[in-house]
Amino acid sequence: MHILEVTNLSKKYNDFAAVKHVDFSVEEGEIFGFLGPNGAGKTTTINMITGLARPTSGFITLAGIDCVKNTKLAQRVMGIVPDESNLYDDMNGFENLCFCASLYGMRKMQREEKARELLLEFGLEKAGNRPFKAFSKGMKRKLTIAAGIIHEPKILFMDEPTTGIDVESAKQIRELITGLKRCGTTVFLTTHYIEDAQRLCDRIAFIVEGQIVKIASVNELLESSQAEYIVHFTFDGSAVAVDDELKKCFPDYDFEEQDGICICRAPQPFPILPLVRFFEEKGLSVYEAKSVHPSLEDVFVKITGIEAKKLVKEKEGGRK
Amino acid sequence: MKTWIAFWNILKKDMQNYYLKAPNISWGLIFPLAWTLMFFIRSQQAIEINEILPGVMAMSILFGTTSMLAVTITFERKGRSFDRLLLAPVSLKIMVLAKTSGAILFGIINAFIPVILSSFVIDLSNVNWMIVLIGVLPIAVTSTLLGLLIATSAKEVFEAQTFSNFFRFPMLFLCGLFIPVKDLPVLLQPFSYILPLTYGADVLNGALLNAGLMNIWVDIVALIGFTVLLFIISLNNINKKWIL
Repeated sequence: MHILEVTNLSKKYNDFAAVKHVDFSVEEGEIFGFLGPNGAGKTTTINMITGLARPTSGFITLAGIDCVKNTKLAQRVMGIVPDESNLYDDMNGFENLCFCASLYGMRKMQREEKARELLLEFGLEKAGNRPFKAFSKGMKRKLTIAAGIIHEPKILFMDEPTTGIDVESAKQIRELITGLKRCGTTVFLTTHYIEDAQRLCDRIAFIVEGQIVKIASVNELLESSQAEYIVHFTFDGSAVAVDDELKKCFPDYDFEEQDGICICRAPQPFPILPLVRFFEEKGLSVYEAKSVHPSLEDVFVKITGIEAKKLVKEKEGGRK
Repeated sequence: MKTWIAFWNILKKDMQNYYLKAPNISWGLIFPLAWTLMFFIRSQQAIEINEILPGVMAMSILFGTTSMLAVTITFERKGRSFDRLLLAPVSLKIMVLAKTSGAILFGIINAFIPVILSSFVIDLSNVNWMIVLIGVLPIAVTSTLLGLLIATSAKEVFEAQTFSNFFRFPMLFLCGLFIPVKDLPVLLQPFSYILPLTYGADVLNGALLNAGLMNIWVDIVALIGFTVLLFIISLNNINKKWIL
């Protein structure tokens, strides 16, 4: 059953189209990943769904509610965890949670009980009395997630939940996200960490330049890519000089050189000995020939044409 | 009921986080105290304190409310905690009412600090305090909404302060508190009548000095009109500028 349906959604800022005719749906109880480089339209799409931006055209239905016409009603069933922890610095952890719960009309006893429960669940019970400004980055992120779920939303929007925090906190947050899924909460996750998406998401949408270029389950994405066989050759030199000859001798294969490694791709399994012989004849000693199984990162690169490393660099550069 | 739980908690949070912080309390006390003392030292007779009291009260409200609301909202916008309020299932009107209520209360309290100080040196027993309150409340409301209007136009805290002064100082000189409107150059007089503070000051002058220029009902109707107008403009601005 769909909890979120986005149809023909577009957003223009003057002449610039930030989001172009986007269509997708999110199933109840799944973790849906939204992947794309900076400026791809991820935040604009989330802002339109959550009510921080108005669509130029299109429809958004969340749990049967028209988000464009009944934004405030739709906001009752959603929780939002922004990419920056935006709680109140001078309030302590407990007060912050209680305040966020009060915005959803929760009564004093109910919100205090829930705040205590969440502080315990998120391992923040000792920090509950400390002001938010004294929290570490990881603790801040955890408290922001707790604030996003205190009113028990049907769907939780999380923007880059593991960015800029230490490895241990990131691991704990990933566990919290899978815990939320187990409890039946739908999670809409934007991230530029492809490994996070691969580990956490049931389905993933790739968005580039305001358009969704692919939506599929992680398994489907990996299977589609596994229809390709890849071997990495490492040798003492570069294959660039023999590139033309290589392509002439092995016309059924695709060759590419990356970081001194020659990558050979073919639609079927292929023998590597003729290739090794070819390189040796050309004076290149082959040190290693390794069969590689494509990762989600390879799928991302193939579909979007954007290098995953560049994606992370771009995002982290933007934060400095 | 749910709406009012949110309203009360936004108001309570603002009071605790901003208005009841030591620097603000001291500012709220020192500002009117400094003005009262300045005029007191300048004055040779107690009667002059009485004359400047409406002006000091109005200034205390104006400076307290416009600064506080514009700065706190700009601060929250910059730290993105304001998004939390925009994303909550609370109508924009209720959220704006909650945010402004704190500043209005702060303004009203500020207004009565010079009154308390003056009460030690002048006789205020003949003052109609109900009419004073009728003057103080709309001055606080319109000044707060002016602060909100500034907040919707400023991106940085320093911008909010600069914009506030751009409005406040001309208002003080044109509203008739220190220079009666009829004594202003003819060309400037029409500007006085488009300022909400002119009508608020007139109510205070009438209540404290029996020197009101206009009928109190004219002042009240004008102040209600300004309140509605500023509220609508602020809501429209928020809708246009903050919900993109």
